[in-house]
Amino acid sequence: MVFEMIKNWWKIFAALCVLYTVIAGFLFKVPAQPILHETIRNLYFHVPMWFGMMTILFVSLWHSIKYLSNSNIQSDIIASQAAHTGMFMGVLGIITGSIWARYTWGAWWVADTKLNGAAITLLIYMAYFILRGSLDEEQKRARISAVYNIFAYVMLIVFLLILPRLNDSLHPGNGGNPGFSKYDLDSTMRMVFYPAVIGWILLGVWMMTIKIRIEKLKRKTFIND
Amino acid sequence: MINLLKKAGVSLALIFIATSGFAQDAAQTATNNAPVEMATGLYQSGKIYVVVIVVAVILIGIIGYLTMLDRKISKLEKEIENK
Repeated sequence: MVFEMIKNWWKIFAALCVLYTVIAGFLFKVPAQPILHETIRNLYFHVPMWFGMMTILFVSLWHSIKYLSNSNIQSDIIASQAAHTGMFMGVLGIITGSIWARYTWGAWWVADTKLNGAAITLLIYMAYFILRGSLDEEQKRARISAVYNIFAYVMLIVFLLILPRLNDSLHPGNGGNPGFSKYDLDSTMRMVFYPAVIGWILLGVWMMTIKIRIEKLKRKTFIND
Repeated sequence: MINLLKKAGVSLALIFIATSGFAQDAAQTATNNAPVEMATGLYQSGKIYVVVIVVAVILIGIIGYLTMLDRKISKLEKEIENK
C-alpha cells in the first residue's frame, strides 16, 4: 500500500493540484478587467486543456519517432492512445473556449486565427484516426501512422503557435506579442495558474496511462483469437 | 333544507375564522423573528462556496473513479501476467 503510494505519488500530486485549482480558482481575487469580469477565471480551466493536449500529443509524437527507429509495436500503442487522450483534451478546450467566446467576444465562433487553427489541428488529428482505422495490417498501420503523426504535430505547432503570432488574434498574447505577460503579471493569478497547468496536464497523463494499459491488455488477451 | 344551508354557512364561517387565525399566526411569527437574512457560512458571497463544494465533489468523484480504474487494471495486469 505504502509502496503503491510512493510509486503513484504524481497521481496524488495531480489530484491535489486540480482540487486546489478548483477551490482557489473560484475564491481567490482576480483583477477586474472590462468585458472579461469573472470569466478571467476560465484561464485556470480552459487554457490548461490546451497545454495538456500539447504535452500529451508530444508524448504521442515522441513514441511515433521511437517506433520508426525500433519498430516495437508497444511504441505504436502508446502513440495511438496518447493521441486519443490528447484529442479528448483538445475537444474539451474547444468547447470551453467556444462558451467563453460567446460571453466575452459575443459569438460561439469567431474567425480568429487561433480558433480556426485549433479547429484545423483537431481535424488533422481526426484524420490520423481515420488513417489508422483504414489500415488492417499492424506493422503497416504503425509505420504509416507514425509518419503521419510527425506531420500532424508540425502542423499543430504551425497552427497553434506560429500563425496566431503572425496575425492579429483576439487571444491575449498574440499578434507578435507572445506569452501570458498581459494578465499573468498578476501574482495571485500566477499562484493558481501554474499549479492548474501542472495539475491538469498530470491528470491528462494519468488518463493516458490508463488508456495505454487497457490497450496493451486487450492486445495481450485477444492476440490469439 | 334551510337548516342544512345554515349549518354549511356556519361551518364555512368557522373554517374562515380558523384559517385566518393560522395565517395571522404565521405572519406574526415571521415578523417576530425579523432578521431572517443570515449570510453566514456557506450562504456568504452569493453562495459561491456552494458551487465550489459541488465542483470539488464532482472532481473528487472523478479522481476516485480514475483511482478505481487504475487499481482494476493493475489487478488484471497481474492476473494475465500469472497465467
